[in-house]
Amino acid sequence: MRGVKAFGKFWWDFLVGDTPELFLATGIIVALAFLIDGEHLVAVILLPLVAAAFLLASTLRGRRRAPGR
Amino acid sequence: MHSTSSTIVLVLAVFGASTVEMVEALTIVVAAGVSRGWRAALEGAAAAAAVLGVLVAVVGVPLVRYIPLDALRVVVGALLLVLGLSWLRKAILRSSGHKDLHDEDKIYADTVAELSETGVGGGAVPAPARAHSERDSLGFVVAFKGVFLEGTEVVLIVISLGAAQHRLGLAALAAAAAVVIVGVVGLLVSRQLSEVPENTIKTAVGIMLTSFGIFWVGEGAGVNWPGSDLAIPVLVGFFIVVTVAYTAFMRTKLPAPAPEESTAT
Repeated sequence: MRGVKAFGKFWWDFLVGDTPELFLATGIIVALAFLIDGEHLVAVILLPLVAAAFLLASTLRGRRRAPGR
Repeated sequence: MHSTSSTIVLVLAVFGASTVEMVEALTIVVAAGVSRGWRAALEGAAAAAAVLGVLVAVVGVPLVRYIPLDALRVVVGALLLVLGLSWLRKAILRSSGHKDLHDEDKIYADTVAELSETGVGGGAVPAPARAHSERDSLGFVVAFKGVFLEGTEVVLIVISLGAAQHRLGLAALAAAAAVVIVGVVGLLVSRQLSEVPENTIKTAVGIMLTSFGIFWVGEGAGVNWPGSDLAIPVLVGFFIVVTVAYTAFMRTKLPAPAPEESTAT
C-alpha cells in the first residue's frame, strides 16, 4: 500500500507538482488535437500557440514579486 | 530525409537532458566520494545506473512492441509536453533572474557538510579512515539516490522519445554517451561542474521536448503536419523565438526584485 501511494505521489509531483496550469495546458492541447483533426492548418497554428500562451501564464505566475505587489 | 531531422532532434534532446541530469547526479556522487569514500559512492552510482538501464528495457521494449503507435504517440507527446513546458518555464525564470540558478558548488558543499556530520556512531568519519575498511552504506545510499532520482527523468525522456519513434536503442545510446562523457569529464575536473552552462542546455532541451510533444500529440490525433517530420525544426524555431521573447519581456518589463524582498509561487 505504501508503495502504491509513493508511486502515485511520484507521478502527481512529476506531472502536476506546483504547475497545475501546465498539466491543464497539456490536457487542452490533446483535446484540441482530437477535436480539430480534420482542420490540419488550424491545428498546426493553434497547438503551438496554446502551449506558448500557457507557458507565459505559468511563467508570470512563478515570478518573484516584491511584497505587496 | 524527413526522418533525419527528427532523429537529429531526438539525439540532441536525449543527449542534452542526460548531460544536465548527469551533472547534477555527479555533483552528489563526487560529494559522497570525497566525504564518505570513493568505493561506496562509485558502487552506489553504478547500481543506480544499472537499475535505470533495466527500467528502460523492462518498460520501454513492451511499449514499443505492444502499444498501437498512434495511442503511444499521444501519451508520449503529452508526457513530453508537460516535461518540456516545465523545463522551459524554469529556464525562463532562471534566465530572467526570477529563480536562482542551479548552483552545483552549493549543492556540493551542502552534501559534503551533511555527510561529514553524519558519521557512523554520530561523529564525522574522514574518508581515508574508511579507505581500506568495509563499504560505507551511507555513501552508497546517497550516491545511489542521487543518480537514481536525477536519472528517472532521463529514463522517461529516453523511453518517451525512443518509443514514439521506434528508436529506443538510439535514444538509450545517446543517453549512455552523455553519461560516459559527463562521467569522465566530471572525474577529471573533479568538482568544477559549475562551469557547465546548465541553464542554456536546459533551455535547449525544454524547447526540443515541447516541440516533440506537440508534434507527437498532433500526429497521434491524426493531424497531418506540413512537411511531415520537417515540422519539428519549425516548431523548434517557434519555441526558440517564444523563449527569447518571454525572457526579454520578464527581464525588462517585470524585473525580479532583490531576493530578500521577494516572494515567488
